[in-house]
Amino acid sequence: MATMTEPPAETFRLSQLIYDTRYRSLTIQVVAFILIMAGLFWLASNTVQNLQSLGKDFNFGFLGQRAGYDINQRLVEYTNDSTHARAALVGILNTLLVAFVGCIIATIVGVIAGVLRLSNNWIVARLMAVYVEGFRNIPTLLWILIVFAIMTEATPQPRDFRGDDPEASMILFDTVAITNRGIYTPAPVWGDGALMLVLVFIASLVGIWAFRRYARKRQEQTGDILPVFWTSLGLFFIPSILFYFILGRPVTLEYPELTGFNFSGGTHMRNSFIALTLALALYTGAFIAENVRSGILAVSKGQTEAAFALGLRPNRTMNLVILPQALRVIIPPLISQYLNLTKNSSLAIAVGYMDVRSTLGGITINQTGRELEGMLLLGLFYLITSLIISSLMNVYNSSIKLKER
Amino acid sequence: MSDTHAHNASFVRETMLPEVAPPATQTGVIKWVRENLFSSWLNALLTIISLYVIYYVLSHTLGWMLYGIWDAGSLSECREIRDEIYGADASVACWAVLADRWDQLLFGFYPQDLYWRPVLALLVFFVAVAPILFENVPRKLFYVTAVAPFLCFWLIWGGSIWTPIAVALGFVIGGVIIRFGDEILGSLGATIAGLVVPILYWLFFAGPVAGGLSAIAPIEMQYVASDEIGGFMLAIIIGVTSIILSFPLGIVLALGRQSDLFIINKSCVFFIEVIRSVPLIVWLFTASLLLNYFLPPGTNFDLLLRVIIMVTFFASAYMAEVIRGGLAALPRGQYEGADSLGLNYWQSMQLIILPQALKISIPGIVNTFIGVFKDTTLVVFVGLSDPIGFSNLIRATTDWNGIYWELFIFIGACFFICCFAMSKYSQFLERKLRTDHR
Repeated sequence: MATMTEPPAETFRLSQLIYDTRYRSLTIQVVAFILIMAGLFWLASNTVQNLQSLGKDFNFGFLGQRAGYDINQRLVEYTNDSTHARAALVGILNTLLVAFVGCIIATIVGVIAGVLRLSNNWIVARLMAVYVEGFRNIPTLLWILIVFAIMTEATPQPRDFRGDDPEASMILFDTVAITNRGIYTPAPVWGDGALMLVLVFIASLVGIWAFRRYARKRQEQTGDILPVFWTSLGLFFIPSILFYFILGRPVTLEYPELTGFNFSGGTHMRNSFIALTLALALYTGAFIAENVRSGILAVSKGQTEAAFALGLRPNRTMNLVILPQALRVIIPPLISQYLNLTKNSSLAIAVGYMDVRSTLGGITINQTGRELEGMLLLGLFYLITSLIISSLMNVYNSSIKLKER
Repeated sequence: MSDTHAHNASFVRETMLPEVAPPATQTGVIKWVRENLFSSWLNALLTIISLYVIYYVLSHTLGWMLYGIWDAGSLSECREIRDEIYGADASVACWAVLADRWDQLLFGFYPQDLYWRPVLALLVFFVAVAPILFENVPRKLFYVTAVAPFLCFWLIWGGSIWTPIAVALGFVIGGVIIRFGDEILGSLGATIAGLVVPILYWLFFAGPVAGGLSAIAPIEMQYVASDEIGGFMLAIIIGVTSIILSFPLGIVLALGRQSDLFIINKSCVFFIEVIRSVPLIVWLFTASLLLNYFLPPGTNFDLLLRVIIMVTFFASAYMAEVIRGGLAALPRGQYEGADSLGLNYWQSMQLIILPQALKISIPGIVNTFIGVFKDTTLVVFVGLSDPIGFSNLIRATTDWNGIYWELFIFIGACFFICCFAMSKYSQFLERKLRTDHR
């Protein structure tokens, strides 16, 4: 008979902290914790000591002081009498503007280039390969400088538009002027009843959404397919255009005109903004093109063949079979491309665009001498922006990812 | 029944017809063009559009490039030569700026009579990486690889030879302790001692050792300060150093992020996320404005060194994420297999997990390398003169004021060659290491 042997009495020895796997992980963590804390304490105490010897304190009061510098591009009201906090806000909005516009253009360019690179048209595929490799292998900064140089050196001056036989002329039916000081486009002027028009437009968007829902539900229940595309298109345009005339054309366009030495009226997009946005969009577009290409290639050919065998037409195959699977591969790297574009917008410094790094992290720091606080706020801003973008896109990603059962 | 025999009604052909060439539309160029360029209306339209784009670009640039002027001392001289040869309104490049200033674009303000030193350092570097990159070079070259970092440092910066040797001695001490300390200290003790003793040596003994040796045998070259280093040399120094240093750091961070140990895991996650979500420019400004706040009062070290440290941290956070992807992509069975063999953590990582994980993540790793190398251009904003910084300096002189494209094209071409070569090498490596028999 097996005799039950008592387990040896547990006596804790110090060496168990190292050699016993039960305790070892604890030991390692405690040691790591102490080391990290010591390191942080060392950095903090150095900082305190250095600040003391410089006679500086640590406070954010400088944000309330008068900024005293001008910002040429602003989305909200700002004068040089405003506070540093207001200047930072203007910079933040400028950064977000570049990031937002850039992401949209980059997505369009990237998707087109990625699909065309897979085209069986030899020349188009090669051309797209040149675009992708060219933009991927040359630094962003250089591209921003090149686009800026094109915008400022290779475009006509405003005075070239003058005279009976001008050297340069406005494009798109004399509405858009491309000059070396930026691009002037028509600006909408909101008259009486414009609010009504906007409401009608929003209502038609809601209508499209509701119709699509209804169409899907109906298709699932009865199998009937409603003409979703044409109805949506009609809903998008017809009510708004109808109401535009019923309300007596409440929205008019103000065209840029050459007055004095420069254009006035319309919307003025500065070269710095265009160069930064365009260069970032083209640069990021090249990376997105590769993501799109790999996403499409990741869907096996058998999927297309199976869909055809079931009798699905090519565009339905694309929408129902290929795209949903390709998107799963494309979305995660797309998120990091959007993040990259947002972070790269800090290269605005190269073309003098006033983003948050130039206002809060540049002029404000130089004027107040608050490097520590300013850089801290700047870092926090980018941290929060990145976290928001990635969490938004992750929500979307999880809504389309493979539902495993 | 019938007299008609089969003699005159043969259903089988008895003679072979000679081979006939396929129809003209189904061969050679015509077939290729039809299939590849004009297979449908959309395709034809795309072809015509792209041909127009190519024509437009080439017609505006090709002549400008080919007729470019190579021999002139300044932009105005360039224009005079152009007026003589091509007439006043011709648009031709002025490559003379490259001929005039290429040594500055490559070396910065490095003393001209010492150019051989960075060139030699680059050669040493190539010899040192050869055994890592290619399998069919002599394995003996790994000795060069071990010596190369110190040799390159000495060649570029100069000064006393005993400084790099004293630093290298620390690595030798650590290696000897880990290699032979097992019997005396046990494996864990040897590892800890192998890490601690060199650090103590560097902190307290390396300086006096170097000083003493150079007092006994003063072997030294002319010292070159960091602010004399610029141009592509600077980009390569920052890029290569950060790439090499960020690789092991990235592996450690990735392992830390995979680890079950709560505190280590969380601190690695924190480090990676914070570094990754803030742009490199902000980190570079932090390095140039704030690093002095964090260090003991009175420390003031080289801007180039600060930038290298920051770029290394930045690159290692990206590297960590790439390697984490590779670790996560490994099947669970590999980890379990390693455990069932009775290997400890480091052994299983070193022998089983990391080789496979790194192989999976080669494309990402090389992408990170390329990104780091391209990002070295950002150091222009903290006052270092990299190629783009130098192009600004050249444009600021009266001789070359107003010249853009030639410099941009030269810099762009140099970066393109380096980065494209890296990406081609990574594809070669992927093919070589492919073990799935597809």
